[in-house]
Amino acid sequence: MNLNFTSEEKDFQQEVQQFLQQKLPKDIARKTKSALHLSKEECNEWQKILYKQGWAASNWPVEHGGTGWTPTQKYIFANECAKAGGPDVIPFGLKMVAPIIYTFGSEEQKQRFLPDILASNVWWCQGYSETGAGSDLAAMKTTAVKDGDEYVVNGTKTWTTLGQHADWIFCLVRTGPPSTKNQEAISFLLINMHDPKISVSPIITIDGRHEVNEVHFDGVRVPANNLIGTEGQGWTYAKVLLTHERTGIARVAISKDRLVQLKDLVKASPNGEDSLINDAVFAQKIANVEIDLLALEYTELRTLSALSTGQAPGPESSILKIVGTQIIQAIDELYVEAAGYYAMPFVPFQFHEEFEGQHIGPDMATNSSLRYFNNRKTSIYGGSNEIQTNIISKAVLGL
Amino acid sequence: MDFSLSSEQQMIQDSVSRFILNDYDFDTRRKILGSATGYSQKNWNMFAELGWLMLPFAEEDGGLGGSIVDLALVMEEFGKGMVVEPFIATAVMAGGLIASAGEQQQKDDYLPKIMAGELQMAFAYAEPQSRYHLNNVKCRASKTDNGLVISGQKSVVLNGNHADTLIVAARTSGDTSDKSGISLFLVDANHPSVKREGYANVDGHQAADIWFDKTPILGLLGKQDEALPIIENIIDKATLAICAEAVGAMQIAHERTLEYAKTRKQFGRTIGSFQALQHRMVNMFMEHQQAKSILLMAALKMDSNNGSDPKALSAAKSRIGKAANLVAREAVQIHGGIGMTDEIDVGHIFKRLTTIQFLFGSTDVHTRRFASL
Repeated sequence: MNLNFTSEEKDFQQEVQQFLQQKLPKDIARKTKSALHLSKEECNEWQKILYKQGWAASNWPVEHGGTGWTPTQKYIFANECAKAGGPDVIPFGLKMVAPIIYTFGSEEQKQRFLPDILASNVWWCQGYSETGAGSDLAAMKTTAVKDGDEYVVNGTKTWTTLGQHADWIFCLVRTGPPSTKNQEAISFLLINMHDPKISVSPIITIDGRHEVNEVHFDGVRVPANNLIGTEGQGWTYAKVLLTHERTGIARVAISKDRLVQLKDLVKASPNGEDSLINDAVFAQKIANVEIDLLALEYTELRTLSALSTGQAPGPESSILKIVGTQIIQAIDELYVEAAGYYAMPFVPFQFHEEFEGQHIGPDMATNSSLRYFNNRKTSIYGGSNEIQTNIISKAVLGL
Repeated sequence: MDFSLSSEQQMIQDSVSRFILNDYDFDTRRKILGSATGYSQKNWNMFAELGWLMLPFAEEDGGLGGSIVDLALVMEEFGKGMVVEPFIATAVMAGGLIASAGEQQQKDDYLPKIMAGELQMAFAYAEPQSRYHLNNVKCRASKTDNGLVISGQKSVVLNGNHADTLIVAARTSGDTSDKSGISLFLVDANHPSVKREGYANVDGHQAADIWFDKTPILGLLGKQDEALPIIENIIDKATLAICAEAVGAMQIAHERTLEYAKTRKQFGRTIGSFQALQHRMVNMFMEHQQAKSILLMAALKMDSNNGSDPKALSAAKSRIGKAANLVAREAVQIHGGIGMTDEIDVGHIFKRLTTIQFLFGSTDVHTRRFASL
């Protein structure tokens, strides 16, 4: 067992630090650190910088333009990025659909889609959930009926993050007879979002943002060669993707940086004549989360270490999503508590660059509630924490 | 011992409850939040007509002489509809300060107008550095040839953007955190030396940050330098009011969650049939019941102690804060994605229950105060 980085890994760490210092736009870093909204253009700008560096796809195989990094290098990159304020890449193209395409797609599909995903030329979104199919995803009803060399798609997907910006959507569709339990009838289809028979309606969340959407398909005709793999295998592909994405799901690096920033905020927060950092009870609350996060970091490292020695991830990896989101939410709550009265004002407009008026409260404080509200989603999406608990109970404990 | 309501109390509770059911449904509230003022003048007039604005005031001041229990009854019902009209800012806090510290002339000048719904007021006490320390006051009143003038900043003043008249806590002597040397002043909110930045809070309530620059006063309220006990007393009363509001809001959050769990089907059965969720909804229920109990304890003790029992009040705020935290989070989580949306009330209850946890002293601050008393 060895905890230290090798000299190659240390060199890599320096290289990443240097890259971030030189290439990460300061404004994007500031906004990421302050949990402010990034525009589509800003996300693209950063992802294209990563692409030029050859670092856009840390998980992809080298043959398709991936980095070929070891798990340790991925860990180093994630930590340095979080420290410097480099935003996460938008996952739908680079992290979600691309692995499906290069694992199960045809040669033609790989050539057609992967280069544009790698270069962030197109935006993708995910069409999984439906109104009646949340935790019970297999209950989805959107149909794709074969008609010649096309599928005709009807139905509505929901919670589609950034669907309003997307050029393409990857969808789970029902290609067999309707029956709730029939996971064999689900297929994986790539659909062009610019089709006039697709409409997108916004869903506003409690933080006042437009992040998620409903996507309606009204007789959309999709070329049959946009089907991934074999008809009826979509459920299997989607599940493979979920297990594929174990690392990084805990967002340890970001939580670590958020705690560092929280402590700075708390040091700078007056508490009458004193500083809030000298409030022993509050300091203890921060410490409790920090200790929990240390444990999680080593849970994640155990998973990485198993992967790097070629073993399958063990039961510890199932914990990452649940504990990771618990910690994200606990940190958000500490920000709200640290903000005190200034957690209350709803003043998102003052974070716009063109805003010239009087700022209400410290920026980190007045943004705290919105982040706290928004991140309630983390224990709901990607398989709710209840579903994750069921998975551990069944698959790990055999209950 | 008798915890049953008197017929008058039953009447008040029924009338507020009817108002919430008939005139304050979720869509109506949304429209109010989206309006130019962020609250409804029509509702405010109705509060006056029905005598609710008279409730916190003594009979000799022209009020109904309502007890703390009466206040809690009204606020619990308000909590069920998440009422955003500035009842606490104008009637409980500003009106309460004038009633407890004002001279007869001041009471005559202000209280009838408050009770008639003709005057909006706000109490400006918190400052950027003060956090929850009511004795920490930098805002200063100094003597000039034309009398006292106030300079300084006040933070997140509830109803501060709509108030015609402000009550400002300012230092007349001593250092920033001295317990003596704080005085209360009536100030014209529309005076040109008063700069106000108004906004809605995340829970929909209206507020403002306010800057005073040599602002002349309309009058001193109570004795100079000796305002702190009066301030503490009125903040305690307002705290009791939001505790009651939280109890009402938690009840709705729990009811909505139960309704949803009994109708939402996944895996071919209602999600309420899953034991893992059943136990969590039972926990929500128990938290709500414990919150309701400690609210009653605090209100009764305050009533039997001339309206003030800091230890009982802090016990209530601490316990209700804990309950509000759990009930709000579980309500959203058990609803899943739909609980995150602006479209249904659960997310809005979540936001109000969040701000209540941190308004007038966080859960920890009140736990500590309870231990110290």
